[in-house]
Amino acid sequence: MKFGIVTFPGSNREIDASLAVTQGVGADVVHLWHKDHDLQGADVIILPGGFSYGDYLRAGAIARFSPIMREVVEHARRGAPVLGICNGFQILCEAHLLPGALLRNASLRFASQWVHLRVENADTLFTNAYEKGQLIRVPVAHGDGRYTADADTLKSIEDRGQVAFRYVDRHGNPLPDANPNGSLNDIAGIVNDRGNVLGLMPHPEDAVDPLLGSTDGLGLFESILARVAA
Amino acid sequence: MTRYRVAVHIVPRKGVLDPQGKAVADALHALGFGAVRDARVGRHLILDVDAADASSAESSVRGMCDKLLANPVTEDYEIAGVSTS
Repeated sequence: MKFGIVTFPGSNREIDASLAVTQGVGADVVHLWHKDHDLQGADVIILPGGFSYGDYLRAGAIARFSPIMREVVEHARRGAPVLGICNGFQILCEAHLLPGALLRNASLRFASQWVHLRVENADTLFTNAYEKGQLIRVPVAHGDGRYTADADTLKSIEDRGQVAFRYVDRHGNPLPDANPNGSLNDIAGIVNDRGNVLGLMPHPEDAVDPLLGSTDGLGLFESILARVAA
Repeated sequence: MTRYRVAVHIVPRKGVLDPQGKAVADALHALGFGAVRDARVGRHLILDVDAADASSAESSVRGMCDKLLANPVTEDYEIAGVSTS
């Protein structure tokens, strides 16, 4: 069981993701460079947070055409797991592996804070270690996290249970103040139609040790291990 | 081959919340420009492109917009001008 973590120019959470995998759940990591053409046998691909290509043009728009993305798209098309965190979520949307887009936070401010998420679907590859409705506490750190999709797409992902995580307050209520970026329907993370690609703006990889203030992010990595371990 | 200068406007699609545009409109109102009904903030790109003629310069830039320069989920683009540079 091996996680491949892709570093783009401007990625900055690849080490956090690596530690979450190795120290958090004891799996192996191989670091992949954006110019590589080989996933080196990785079972799960993580596109980490950061500011690939300086967020020039649009967040994720240029990284999406990095050489390794051809293999990442193929990996996803085979039904293998791909996890995009923060900038990784933006890249997955730009690559059309996930529907919708992520725009500038409605507040126009960079959001760096702890948030509460409600697990909306606990049957996915990425969330099966949680209970449906469970609240988890994880940090966000982004300027472009406002999830947007047209009305038909939004209805479709809601109806099909593709919303994995939603921003809520500490009591589990979806409130405007609990949504750090103005995402439609308070959406924090979604899976694709097939359920093998997850994108989310918050950072579960930074909530995997009591020293960090929360271990609620571990469940995401445990979920993947439980389904993929072979 | 001739070198053409192609200008492109890319703006947030109508109906997509544009907080930058709203902040600009609010600032203009505060400065007394009360006639402003709406503002949207986008990008203006200027591309120097070698092409056989103006229409092929424009069509190649449209291809660039479709593939990279604009996001069809949230943005509209228009070719603002084609000239020999």
